[in-house]
Amino acid sequence: MTVTAAFFYLFATITVASGFMVIASRNPVQSVLFLILAFVNAAGLFLMMGAEFLAMILVIVYVGAVAVLFLFVVMMLDVDFAALRQGFLHYLPVGGLIGVIFLLELILVVGAYAIDPGLVRAPSVPIPAADVMTNTEALGQVLYTRYFYFFQAAGLILLVAMIGAIILTLRERVGVRRQDISKQNARTQDTAVEVRKVPFRQGI
Amino acid sequence: MEFGDILLAVAIMLGKSLLLLVALLVFIAYALYADRKVWAAVQLRRGPNVVGPWGLLQSFADLLKFVLKEPVIPAPANKGMFLLAPLVMCTLSLAAWAVIPLNAGWAIADINVGILYIFAISSLGVYGVIMGGWASNSKYPFLGALRSAAQMVSYEVSIGFVIVTVLMCAGTLNLSAIVESQNTRLGILGWYWLPLFPMFVVFFISAMAETNRPPFDLPEAESELVAGYMVEYSSTPYLLFMLGEYVAIMTMCALGTILFLGGWLSPIPFAPFTWVPGVIWFVLKASFLFILIAMVKALVPRYRYDQLMRLGWKVFLPLSLAMVVIVAAVLMATGNAPGVR
Repeated sequence: MTVTAAFFYLFATITVASGFMVIASRNPVQSVLFLILAFVNAAGLFLMMGAEFLAMILVIVYVGAVAVLFLFVVMMLDVDFAALRQGFLHYLPVGGLIGVIFLLELILVVGAYAIDPGLVRAPSVPIPAADVMTNTEALGQVLYTRYFYFFQAAGLILLVAMIGAIILTLRERVGVRRQDISKQNARTQDTAVEVRKVPFRQGI
Repeated sequence: MEFGDILLAVAIMLGKSLLLLVALLVFIAYALYADRKVWAAVQLRRGPNVVGPWGLLQSFADLLKFVLKEPVIPAPANKGMFLLAPLVMCTLSLAAWAVIPLNAGWAIADINVGILYIFAISSLGVYGVIMGGWASNSKYPFLGALRSAAQMVSYEVSIGFVIVTVLMCAGTLNLSAIVESQNTRLGILGWYWLPLFPMFVVFFISAMAETNRPPFDLPEAESELVAGYMVEYSSTPYLLFMLGEYVAIMTMCALGTILFLGGWLSPIPFAPFTWVPGVIWFVLKASFLFILIAMVKALVPRYRYDQLMRLGWKVFLPLSLAMVVIVAAVLMATGNAPGVR
């Protein structure tokens, strides 16, 4: 299938190129926009592999929500990239070391797979063919049965992170007027309005 | 496949897309006209009535006016992104129509995850607004962009849960199959708007917030932000922004029709009514939702920003979450849950 190959190389090239532009572009907002481009193209690659559910979820969660908030923060912060770049040489050895470690790990994983596929744990649940069951259904069948505890644990971790973020940013301020809708709705004519007889030319 | 077959398939696809595009844009032109007429009628005005008979050609005159005017790009703006933003907005909102089935089997791409696709595309619509507001390099557009980012993310959450409840009843992510699952002998009473009525209301309100329609048009609130993220835009780029906005509104109307109003199905499921082509029912239902949205614009004053956030996070989110649990429990208890073996 030459068409499939062409699309694969198109998506793959754009993903890699925009991944590079994320770290190379001078403007942080442009960096985030390139990141979004990389996400969308990764979704395209997922689609080509038949993982349509993952592709759509990637776009909805990462592009539609996470990256929007990312962009939001980056636009609000006035990041001075010239200042960030000053310590570049200073941090280069540490960053380089981490990069090399990651590279080695990647080579180990991929290399081990190439040498002996048995080393990488074979998928314990057989993957049904695409014409038997849709992608979404297949995921749901294992996610809520076999991997139920892992799934719930992941959810709990996210919940803890969310509560932590809320606690960190929560501050009680005194003397702020807040709108209490239930209190407003509970007001009746008796409690809100007072009718008085005003004597002529005297006022209240 | 032979090269000729591929070429033919591509040509057929292009033809279908072009046909849908033209029909949609003409429909949008009259939806805009209807929007202004409804607004005028509520305020006891006449509305557009000069161009063409009863002002029917008003939208086309506006189109000409926008296209023929000079586009102004502010000097401090980020030029590339300034021009890219309206294109992104318009393209994305049009792209959602690729999966919408106007009649049985009429969708250009009847994909398995159609509903997720529409949800993904509509969640991307915010980028046009953010990019436009940021690239203008000016204060009011920037404030508008920030507002819209927070607003759209908030209301997407509740729309997502509304979609989840409908999916639980239908048992599929395919839009045509969702419509077919509402095809019962009960007709209009068998559609999901009746059993899921609270979610229909949540969807209707969230759809307006998601598309920046009044009373939730905070990103372009003219009384505080002049025109929000569109302040610096003129001529064709502005036209693209406005077009994208109205297409997004029509998408939401179509989505509401598919999820809650039975898509192309006839409301009365016997002979003379089932002869009417499904696309007519679809357009009628979508127009009904659009007229409702137009009425809301005329009747309801604009929300304050903190009220908007409160409604999204403190009212709709708990309500829709509770409804997901309740609907799931009812389906399981009555043994009606689709796909459970």
